[in-house]
Amino acid sequence: MTEHLTQDLLEMRDGVRQHARDFGLDFFEVSFELLDYDQLNMVAAYGGFPTRYPHWKFGMEFEELQKTYSYGLSKIYELVINNDPCYAYLMKCNNLVDQKLVMAHVYAHSDFFKNNYWFSCTNRKMMDEIANHAVRIRRYIERHGQREVEEFIDCCLSLENLIDAHSPYSQSQRKKPEEEKQAEKDLLQPTRLKAKSYMESFINPPGFMEEERQRIQQRLEEMRKFPETPQRDILLFLMENAQLERWQRDVLSIIREESYYFAPQGMTKIMNEGWASYWHSKIMTEKSCTTEEIIDYADHHSATMATQPGALNPYKLGIELFRDIEDRWNKGKFGSEWEDCDDAARKYSWDKQLGGGRQKIFEVRKIYNDVTFIDEFLTPEFAEKQKLFAYTYNKQTQEYVIETRDFTAVKERLLFSLANFGQPYIYVDDGNYKNRGELYLIHRNDGFSLRPDHMRDTMENLFKVWQRPVHLETVMEKRRKVLTFNGSKHEERIVK
Amino acid sequence: MVHRIDPDTNRFKEIVRGKIKHNLKKYISHGELLGRQGDNVVSIPLPQIELPRFRYGQQQTGGVGQGEGEEGSALQPGPGQGQGAGDAAGEHVLEVEVTLEELAEILGEELELPRIEPRGERAVDSSTDKYTGIHKSGPESLRHFKRTFKEALKRQIMAGLYNPERPVIVPVREDRRYRSWKQKSVPESNAVIIYMMDVSGSMGTEQKEIVRIESFWIDTWLKAQYRQIETRYIIHDSAAREVDQHTFFHVRESGGTRISSAYQLTKEIVEKDYDLTRWNIYPFHFSDGDNWGGEDTALCMNLLRGFLLPSSNMFCYGQVKSAYGSGQFIKDLMDSFADCDNLILSEINNRDEIYRSIKTFLGKGK
Repeated sequence: MTEHLTQDLLEMRDGVRQHARDFGLDFFEVSFELLDYDQLNMVAAYGGFPTRYPHWKFGMEFEELQKTYSYGLSKIYELVINNDPCYAYLMKCNNLVDQKLVMAHVYAHSDFFKNNYWFSCTNRKMMDEIANHAVRIRRYIERHGQREVEEFIDCCLSLENLIDAHSPYSQSQRKKPEEEKQAEKDLLQPTRLKAKSYMESFINPPGFMEEERQRIQQRLEEMRKFPETPQRDILLFLMENAQLERWQRDVLSIIREESYYFAPQGMTKIMNEGWASYWHSKIMTEKSCTTEEIIDYADHHSATMATQPGALNPYKLGIELFRDIEDRWNKGKFGSEWEDCDDAARKYSWDKQLGGGRQKIFEVRKIYNDVTFIDEFLTPEFAEKQKLFAYTYNKQTQEYVIETRDFTAVKERLLFSLANFGQPYIYVDDGNYKNRGELYLIHRNDGFSLRPDHMRDTMENLFKVWQRPVHLETVMEKRRKVLTFNGSKHEERIVK
Repeated sequence: MVHRIDPDTNRFKEIVRGKIKHNLKKYISHGELLGRQGDNVVSIPLPQIELPRFRYGQQQTGGVGQGEGEEGSALQPGPGQGQGAGDAAGEHVLEVEVTLEELAEILGEELELPRIEPRGERAVDSSTDKYTGIHKSGPESLRHFKRTFKEALKRQIMAGLYNPERPVIVPVREDRRYRSWKQKSVPESNAVIIYMMDVSGSMGTEQKEIVRIESFWIDTWLKAQYRQIETRYIIHDSAAREVDQHTFFHVRESGGTRISSAYQLTKEIVEKDYDLTRWNIYPFHFSDGDNWGGEDTALCMNLLRGFLLPSSNMFCYGQVKSAYGSGQFIKDLMDSFADCDNLILSEINNRDEIYRSIKTFLGKGK
């Protein structure tokens, strides 16, 4: 279905690639393919992968893309897949300057995928892997019927976000300290009555001692918490411990794997788009653009950077932050001397001519993710210049209003929306609650309560997987509550 | 062209139409894309299914935005979806003009409405000019440049005057070609929609709003089907009168309800202004189903049976639920006209049911 590049596009690609190399970008090779708009929409609906398992949600995405495109509301220019080699799709009907821009953009994305730490644990052969997933799920559909498999996938997708996006980066599970191990061993020893050595076998008969030891061990097993420490990777916990059929376990593992694969893209959206935009702008304006192309380029670039009041444009925020960092490190606007300086005029004209900006942004793209990026580099001056604000919902007027432009508040709100993708932190606390095999989850309180309707339905889906009652400890209406779904009805009780 | 994604899309559509998987029905949101029609913003339906998850409501957590504005001032329009994990697709949003015809087409697609077949012998002929042919003579204003130059090129090549190195083409008089037209007669049919609304004390603002939204869509659809469409508006409480569109939607009256008065007035209007051999007639009546009494209802039935039903393409009755109405009228209609297929009844309990109701009204293609 795809077409390879035409001769002039190939030449254009070679030019852009060379410029990207010269600037020091270090990317996976990129395989470009040309698609017409409904093919592109289809690939985009499948999350970038031409072969994906069958599911109605992709059909839904496709419908939306088709409609917004055909009514001229939006248009996808570029689509790039984190894979080695990278795959990138170009829309056939775009004009040449757009293709050039997209190529430059794509090479920077590829550089980011290859070098950013948070992508280091992703599967670089995901193209094949996802195709394998599709084959497996199709096989299950043939064997067990579409309805059954689809229903289970719906269930899994509703739990899709219950993963621990940071777990791939922590090497080892926590090891138990020595004392703890010793204490456990001591507990295992049955109480020995004091006896002279010749009476030992009568007062503490070996058979009885052995029995006693086993009894204690059994009690300890029962007491031991399961899981031992609260576990955030709920999907993994379900995979390992829920009573599932083999195919169901496999479907769950597929959903989990894909969820982990896409997680770094969510974790670095601002940086990734900012980095790509920074470089397409550099390559286009300094190298690639011809005189007659510059107006079209500028028009397109500014449309991509446009901001709307309610939504933060990651392209805009990212590119501006990277430029700000480069400028600050070029001029030496960092460190304690800079921070302690209160003289606005001096700060304004501050320039130590260090010239380390370019090197700094390469370093930033290597080790940061959106949360640390914003936390470290968002300055009050920047927030003011970019006119950032925090908004909130006003119940009385039923509209969103600008709440504040105070830097600390804005930054806090922004970090909240980025940490864990703005989603609640939920842990498995106990997989054998009340010793009855019930699942006990805890929602870490961060001042907001969960959407009640969604919460109830998600618990029902959890029940379908776990097949035993499910509890969730959370805060609702400012009170700590435990909500329970036992398979037929929902209950709640207040805890102190 | 067949795509790999088609089965997924069809599956999704089936879920939305409620044919399969009723457990997902409650997650369907009938979202909309905003388009623009003249000064009005119009919406393009975009159903979405949101699977449940542990999540915060955006209204609660708020967010961060960028741009001008005082603290405390409202954001226009509401914030979008925010950014989620996913593919790195670069999009940008354009604003679009949607014409009423396009809207009707979209509506037809979404609701799966059949195209309306006008009643056979009522079609009237009208003629239009269609530019279809090419002539060697004609007025200069209709000169066909491309064909003219093509002829000139042909002639020059034949005469050996054409030099590919220096391609200069000069048409002479004989080369000139002109567009020519033919008169075509197209069958045209006319339609009139007569909206009747009960404005008695029991119809509140919300009820009127429902009627307004529904009649806008009906109007849009029928306008796309017929070249020339007339709309007439009748309001009634215990007496009926004809009003203009603005009054129809804004008036607030109170008093009793005598539905027959509206039906009688409709009959008079039709008899006076619309020749039944030329016009397609679509009466729509909205009420909360509370009538004065059995006697008046009987009168209504007579009017319907004797005149309105036989002369209309279809007669639509929509009953809007109201806190005060008894809702009896629709039951009376059902009892009296169980076998009549051009009387269409629909109950509208709230805004969400408008969609279904329009489908009921227009889905038959009368």
